Amino acid sequence: MSSLYESRRQTNVIATMLAWGAALFGLSWLLLILGSLIYEGVRGLSLDVFTQTTPPPGSVGGLLNAIAGSLVMTVIGVLIGAPLGMLAGTYLAEYGRFTKLATVVRFINDILLSAPSIVIGLFVYEVMVHPMGHFSAISGAVALALLVVPVVLRTTEDMLLLVPGSMREAASALGAPRAMVISKVAYRAARAGLVTGVLLAIARVSGETAPLLFTALNNQFWSSDLNAPMASLPVVIFQFALSPYKDWQQLAWTGALLITITVLTLSIVARTFSAGRRK
Amino acid sequence: MADVLMSVSGAQTETRIARSRALARIAFIDVIFHAVTRFSAIAVLIILGGVIVSLIHGAQPAIKAFGFGFLSSQSWNPVTDNFGAMPAVYGTLITSLVAMVIAVPIGLGVATFLTELCPHVLRRPIGIAIELLAGIPSIIYGIWGLFVFAPFIQAYVQPPMIKMFTGVPVLSSLFAGPPYGIGMLTAGFILAIMILPFIASISRDVFETVPPMLKEAATGIGCTTWEMMRYVVLPYTRVGVVGGVMLALGRALGETMAVTFVIGNAHKISPSLFAPGTTISATIANEFTEAVGDIYTSSLIELGLILFFITFVVLSIARYLLMRIEQKSA
Repeated sequence: MSSLYESRRQTNVIATMLAWGAALFGLSWLLLILGSLIYEGVRGLSLDVFTQTTPPPGSVGGLLNAIAGSLVMTVIGVLIGAPLGMLAGTYLAEYGRFTKLATVVRFINDILLSAPSIVIGLFVYEVMVHPMGHFSAISGAVALALLVVPVVLRTTEDMLLLVPGSMREAASALGAPRAMVISKVAYRAARAGLVTGVLLAIARVSGETAPLLFTALNNQFWSSDLNAPMASLPVVIFQFALSPYKDWQQLAWTGALLITITVLTLSIVARTFSAGRRK
Repeated sequence: MADVLMSVSGAQTETRIARSRALARIAFIDVIFHAVTRFSAIAVLIILGGVIVSLIHGAQPAIKAFGFGFLSSQSWNPVTDNFGAMPAVYGTLITSLVAMVIAVPIGLGVATFLTELCPHVLRRPIGIAIELLAGIPSIIYGIWGLFVFAPFIQAYVQPPMIKMFTGVPVLSSLFAGPPYGIGMLTAGFILAIMILPFIASISRDVFETVPPMLKEAATGIGCTTWEMMRYVVLPYTRVGVVGGVMLALGRALGETMAVTFVIGNAHKISPSLFAPGTTISATIANEFTEAVGDIYTSSLIELGLILFFITFVVLSIARYLLMRIEQKSA
């Protein structure tokens, strides 16, 4: 009897230690990555990074055109994708909550949420770049928009579902039509959550590389033409990191640090927004 | 009702007309709003349909030229326009397999730690840290893998492993060849680190759906923590855990940037995990903009179609399983 007890106790100790070990192991890798990112990235951080465009190898330069390109394409992508996602999320949560259409859309959207982003790039290449005959910033922005839609749709629906039904009923009882119930009551009650969704979507697309590779391509120079190729931070990182030039590699690290800081900041802000909502 | 009963004077008729106009406008807005939201929802389906149709359309030349032989062919020769998907599909499956073998046990361990062992004060911060890390873009993992991890593996891990397994059957061919640093094993490991936060946070959420009463009952009859996890929590959440793992697998299969940096981009199937290889997404990322000619481009698009098909199936199963556990907990 005591040996049985002893062996059970031992199994438990071993299993518990393995779980502790797994947690330490997992967290330490992730800390290691962030650590080397900060170490390597901060070394190359200077004012030049924000004021100069990407240099030819061997000369001084920065990431100005890449940062600007990322900003422009992300903003356009969100402006296209977020309203679409929000309206679709509204349908799923309000008008069509129990319809068959909503169930199908929900399922497909969840798949699009984790579908490989490079396939989205291929899709946009086929429908925009190929017919237009050249790479362009606008097709990059559309590719990003397609990645924004599923994120915003999902959070919008989740957040609207959190709004108590009694609030909608109260508004309806006052005679407010459905559109007004949604826009004046449900949207207002879920406002923080809706903002969260948009912020999460920005965080998601600001680091996306694969869909931009063959839509917006890259541009070594300053460009504000939406109909021409445009540089973006992730694509520049990709190109510079794989180059044999030390100064390009340094810029890639610095760019990587900038992206990580942006993404982490956005996620933390989004988190505090939705935390405020839950209280 | 009251105004209907009153005698109808001119001023009242006017307000009534104004009111009915306003009501009609509101009703009109309502209909429009309904239609717009409904169309937006349908747009999601159109996007998916568009992706499938455009990929099939773009892959036509390659499908016509190679037929089903594309799937089994190992050649990849842009000069003679002869292409096959086998090495890329093989690389995709193997790197994902390596990633799952490493990340699933560790991810479940982290989830167990978070739900059962972690001191309450640390539970939220560590949980949030893991969720934040799941959001870090994959290119960061890629650049880290290229500059930090691959040289480390090349110098300190591969040589002793090659030495250790020389002469051992199976293992000697699995871990053979010159230590390049980059290769299938490195790519698999980077993928593992990348999907670890996913698996950990989904499993934790799934573990938390277990009713506390079940756990308390297990503890009440004298189960140890391990026995409670093994015989109560895991059986209860099995479907959800498998769903979470499949979701992570879907991510790993389609991941581009974390892999492209460290895979080596070699179109050949090698038994050794140390050898460079390629994956579907890495091939597309590396070669698409440089592809010349219809057949080359459309072969790459067909690769994309294959990738989309594989991930679609995996993700559908994952979502179905996760939906089941959601219904159970609701």
